[in-house]
Amino acid sequence: MSVLVYIEHADGQIKKTSLEAISFAKGLVDKTGEGDVVAVALGSIESAALAKAGSAGASKVMHDPNDKLSAGVIQAHASAVASAFKQTGAKTVVMAKSSLADAVAARLAIKINAGLVSNVVELPNTDGGYTVKRSIYTGKAFAETSLATENKILAIKKNAADLITDGADAQVEQFDAGVADSDFAAKITSTDRATGDVLLPEADIVVSGGRGLKGPENWGMIEDMAKTLGAATGCSKPVSDIGWRPHHEHVGQTGIKVAPSLYIAVGISGAIQHLAGVNSSKCIVVINKDPEAPFFKAADYGIVGDAFDVVPKLTEALKAEL
Amino acid sequence: MNILVCITHVPDTTSKIQFTDNNTKFDTTGVQFIIGPYDDYALARAVELRDQTSGKLTVLNVGGAETEPTLRKALAIGADEAIRVNAEPKDSYFVAQQIAHYAKEGGYDLILMGRESIDFNGGMVHGMVGEILGMPSFSPVMKLDIDGTTANMQREIEGGKENLEANLPLIAGCQEPIAEWKIPNMRGIMSARTKPMNVVDPVGDETQAEAKSYALPPAKAEVKLIDADNVSELVSLLKNEAKVL
Ligand SMILES: Cc1cc2nc3c(=O)[nH]c(=O)nc-3n(C[C@H](O)[C@H](O)[C@H](O)COP(=O)(O)OP(=O)(O)OC[C@H]3O[C@@H](n4cnc5c(N)ncnc54)[C@H](O)[C@@H]3O)c2cc1C
Ligand SMILES: Nc1ncnc2c1ncn2[C@@H]1O[C@H](COP(=O)(O)O)[C@@H](O)[C@H]1O
Repeated sequence: MSVLVYIEHADGQIKKTSLEAISFAKGLVDKTGEGDVVAVALGSIESAALAKAGSAGASKVMHDPNDKLSAGVIQAHASAVASAFKQTGAKTVVMAKSSLADAVAARLAIKINAGLVSNVVELPNTDGGYTVKRSIYTGKAFAETSLATENKILAIKKNAADLITDGADAQVEQFDAGVADSDFAAKITSTDRATGDVLLPEADIVVSGGRGLKGPENWGMIEDMAKTLGAATGCSKPVSDIGWRPHHEHVGQTGIKVAPSLYIAVGISGAIQHLAGVNSSKCIVVINKDPEAPFFKAADYGIVGDAFDVVPKLTEALKAEL
Repeated sequence: MNILVCITHVPDTTSKIQFTDNNTKFDTTGVQFIIGPYDDYALARAVELRDQTSGKLTVLNVGGAETEPTLRKALAIGADEAIRVNAEPKDSYFVAQQIAHYAKEGGYDLILMGRESIDFNGGMVHGMVGEILGMPSFSPVMKLDIDGTTANMQREIEGGKENLEANLPLIAGCQEPIAEWKIPNMRGIMSARTKPMNVVDPVGDETQAEAKSYALPPAKAEVKLIDADNVSELVSLLKNEAKVL
């Protein structure tokens, strides 16, 4: 039986988190020893770009190129995925969490009467039952969740699977999801998205600044370091509240939850609400002039010092090394 | 306008998370419960919209009697009446069924929720309710204005935002900066005591994805401090020890 993966694309490429979801699904198929991975893609994108889903473990991509699906209209995407689900006869849908995928997953769960688990961190345990480990309390704990339904949806967290990169190109097949006009009732009137920048929720390295940086005019050194590392930039909540940085950079309990390999925090105290957004990072570096700053307790490496002195020096050292 | 806001009763964001009963139950010892921070944004915006249109604002929670102080707080902030669906919120499917049932009865023009609960963080209940009721649902919504029967919204997307237009009735999962959190004032607290608190029975008992046991992440090792004058040592550790460069 196939495992269906809802994939997203941006700037003509499959998103990295979606490729991870494909690899997760491949892991699931290999574990249960049956079926294959079928990805479903919606809206305008080149077939050649979609074929790359194969490298991550998909054998087939179902593509509805209907341009009306290019914008992420939630209801329309949920209906389209439900239609792909029926056409493939799949029992499980996997997707990478995102602001669109979460909304789609919830509606899809009702449409296909599937049990839904979000924030999944590893492959399900399928020996004598079906339990899934998910992150709860904003990364502060885990829950083993048992799924009682025949149909299942797993919305996975970043780093839930290692990306496979050695698969062959997938076969891309066009299909018509037959989405009704009424599903396009909500109109997206405009989008405003930073292009070219590394996106924070998907970034492998994040450099974040807090109130310790004193003002927006001092973010140049954060951006320099980020650029050196190919990193995304983030910030603490007060920083985006005062308007020093855009809202979509706000990391934490009430902001973006990141899960990079490396998180570098500069002039951030490490309040528990901030930590909640970064506790899935593999490695945390903290730069703070106060040796008592709580962030040091959550850090792997730390430098006690003045950001205005340490950050430029560190960027130079990184430039020399990379 | 007739507005429903669904609120969660969750541990304060500074709570230490622990479990009891062989890791099958959340340990409430010493934990303070609050309105979910995202639900608080939804409530704040709902109060503003209710005041603009002189409608009615109902808050709803699916939970046991222990959640009543949280519902009272929502009344003190400005809701007109509260509904408590008397049941343990076992999973998002069960909760969504309850909300959908009572939302249908109430005939609301607008249903606001938080982007996600901060205990289970699913961010799923609004979409499920939307699908059950055949209503559009949007999340995470950062701006919401109502013009007659049209809603103008801004939704956060990865690395930016999109502007949307949709007709009422609809459901929105809210986050900042949709409104500023409101703190109850003395008058609010006094009047909340006499506002209706309706306790109703759950409908159905089906669940689909129940948590069976819990675990805490492994403890973090001690931080390695590097001298501020020796930043190249940090670079080398990141490269050779942590292997993240
Ligand atoms: C319900 C709720 C939800 C919240 N959600 C979030 C959230 O999602 N994300 C979030 O970030 N916060 C959140 N907060 C706020 C949180 O509690 C903290 O107030 C906030 O994280 C502090 O931001 P900060 O560390 O930038 O600022 P501060 O606490 O002011 O810390 C500044 C730090 O910079 C250091 N510093 C100062 N000067 C220098 C210098 N020259 N060089 C180096 N270091 C320097 C200081 O020692 C200090 O540690 C939330 C709060 C509540 C109540
Ligand atoms: N037990 C509950 N009672 C009322 N509303 C709830 C409950 N659980 C979740 N919600 C609402 O649904 C939103 C999303 O929750 P979740 O899907 O659990 O992340 C919350 O912010 C609340 O607005």
